[in-house]
Amino acid sequence: MEKHKQYWRKNLRMTGALLAIWFIATFVVGWFARDLQFFSLLGFPFSFYMAAQGALVIYVVLVGYYAYRMDKLDREYGMQEGEQ
Amino acid sequence: MAAPVQSQFVSQLKRYYALYTGGFIGFVVMLAILEQMGVPNKILGYIFLGVTVSLYAGIGILSRTSDVAEYYVAGRRVPAFFNGMATGADWMSAASFIGLAGTLYLSGYDGLAFVMGWTGGYCLVALLLAPYLRKFGQYTIPDFLGARYGGSVPRSIGVFAAILCSFTYVIAQIYGVGLIVSRFTGLDFGVGVFVGLGSILVCSFLGGMRAVTWTQVAQYVILIVAYLIPVIWLSVKHTGNPVPQVAYGYVLQQVTARENVLNDSATPEGAREAEVRSIFKQKQEQGEAKLKALETGGASYLAAEKAKLIQTANMLKAKHDVDPNALATAENALAEFPKDVASARTAWRAAVEADKAKAAPITAHAEPFAGQDEATRDKKRKNFLALVLCLMVGTAALPHILMRFYTTPSVKEARMSVFWSLVFITLLYITAPALAVLAKYDVYTLLVGSSFSELPSWVSAWAAVDKTLMSVTDINKDGIVQLAEITIGGDLIMLATPEIAGLPYVVTALVAAGGLAAALSTADGLMLTIANSLSHDVYYKMIDPRAATRRRLIISKALLLVVAVFAAYITSLKPGDILFLVGAAFSLAASAFFPALALGVFWKRANKMGAIVGMVSGLGTCMVYMYITYPFFGVNAPLWWDINPISAGIFGMPVGFVGVIVGSLLTAAPSKEIQAMVDHVRYPSMRLDNFGGKN
Repeated sequence: MEKHKQYWRKNLRMTGALLAIWFIATFVVGWFARDLQFFSLLGFPFSFYMAAQGALVIYVVLVGYYAYRMDKLDREYGMQEGEQ
Repeated sequence: MAAPVQSQFVSQLKRYYALYTGGFIGFVVMLAILEQMGVPNKILGYIFLGVTVSLYAGIGILSRTSDVAEYYVAGRRVPAFFNGMATGADWMSAASFIGLAGTLYLSGYDGLAFVMGWTGGYCLVALLLAPYLRKFGQYTIPDFLGARYGGSVPRSIGVFAAILCSFTYVIAQIYGVGLIVSRFTGLDFGVGVFVGLGSILVCSFLGGMRAVTWTQVAQYVILIVAYLIPVIWLSVKHTGNPVPQVAYGYVLQQVTARENVLNDSATPEGAREAEVRSIFKQKQEQGEAKLKALETGGASYLAAEKAKLIQTANMLKAKHDVDPNALATAENALAEFPKDVASARTAWRAAVEADKAKAAPITAHAEPFAGQDEATRDKKRKNFLALVLCLMVGTAALPHILMRFYTTPSVKEARMSVFWSLVFITLLYITAPALAVLAKYDVYTLLVGSSFSELPSWVSAWAAVDKTLMSVTDINKDGIVQLAEITIGGDLIMLATPEIAGLPYVVTALVAAGGLAAALSTADGLMLTIANSLSHDVYYKMIDPRAATRRRLIISKALLLVVAVFAAYITSLKPGDILFLVGAAFSLAASAFFPALALGVFWKRANKMGAIVGMVSGLGTCMVYMYITYPFFGVNAPLWWDINPISAGIFGMPVGFVGVIVGSLLTAAPSKEIQAMVDHVRYPSMRLDNFGGKN
């Protein structure tokens, strides 16, 4: 069961870290949107860009990274379905 | 299932859908040729809708099944990539396809709450729910609640909440179906509803989840092609760049520059705008005076006003040279005159609000939370973030979406399929803001400043179809269009894009077919969720656990019919605001399901009492807040912290979480079996022999 505990702890740590990124990209940037609108990014005002594209790209990468890393973690701990 | 069989199945699927996509493009090209040969638009519209709808029905018939696992979860062999497409179609409703670009056009940055909310929610699905639900591996969301918390009370609350939010949502979809069918074929709204419904039924009735899945993949292809083609064309027209997402940054700068010119009364154009705005300001003040007089004078004031109108009309008639236009206006005003004080109050208040909006300067498209003072801006910011959170958590709690992750072959594929879902969904949501800006550029530069005698053809065409979608009136009688003289309904933006871009009619028909695909696919998923909750959770799990497979499926199909007819009946009554219905479904789902589902996986100590208390208090809080604040119900209590009723979930969610935690801590920890089940859900490789098991 030690192996299981470790696997779950690693999973929780990664889930927590990714949720923190999700939270910052969405709510922290959103809260300060009025202060950030004067920067420019790729020709857009920064806060508009983040809400219309930046956050979306971050979400996609985040979900893809999670799937990739969890698959690796599964194999590292022999947790793939059909094993054990 | 053995690996070679699955990989063969996948390559077969890829071949089929590649052929299908090619065939569809060929079909569109063929219709374009027919159009050049002079086939009338109406016929093209009929062919387009007819072919696509019978295509969906055809896939439904081919996928008919009477196997339980096939019927409820498509045999659990839908590959991640295809499940992603199906989820995308399931997810993107008529509101996203037709309404979103318009909302963004009308509210600029603040509308982006929908874009972020409807994509970011998938992070929660991926990280907190999808893999675990797949590992659990049963059939419905109430199944999970029933197994995790034990007993039929959590399951029953789950069934109630699933039906409540799915039904609220499905009404909005069927409404969209009726609207599109009636607009593009000229059929009556009611007939449109039933034609659309027929094709939904053929599909889910015969083949359940299996048919719905494969139809949704087909529908995704149509809807995304239909969305992208006109936007790409518009982008090429205005920027020369075929990637609208990249190109519109430049266009947005132009739009912002135009806004500054039009708001500056020192420039000639700005001065004309200011003139029109001051006329609206006067109208607004007159309207407010009338409202005040109504409050003091009541019914007698209303009667006196009506008498004045009658007098004007009579005077006009008595003249020798009767001006037909003035007479028509006067008679119209008389015909539309409110019957009693209450309806007068509503109608006049709406008119005052509309004039007030027109009298205000243009809000900058890219400016977040624009407002005159700090308090307004702060209120907007709070509501923006609250709405984003409700939409995101609601996404991670709507049963028709979560159910889709039961259909993948493994936990690994479930994780991948959330990724693909998000990719396919993002493709549309990242394009919508570009469309809104491109359309705005067109209106601000080409329409504003043009002469009333030569309006662009799409303007007059749509103004003739529906005044609420598009109308232009020369308020200051200078013969030139000012921005404040244009009224645009949100739905126009997507519907008229092909014409704004100068594309042939066949693309307009394509957009209609895309909107129909979006509405039908979502309605399919929702109705299946409702029928399955009733047949599987209520009938099989609670009433007759020994029911034979055949009997369960027959019950399920019969219920589907009943639900469909009932939903169509409710829709034909045309209940209120579609956007509110959609938003309400998210808030309800977020409050009822999310705390119990997430804590069910991540907190072993959560128990039956906690789930009951949490779900009831969360859902209850959300429903009560909507009831007391949404104007439709007529209570009109003051808002809590200025939060709009659409974001009622912001109160329901924390109450739900606290409910689960307090309820659980006050009662005994869950049994060993249930704790073992939580472990089973957490570790992909763990088997649980005494527990249901997987198929």
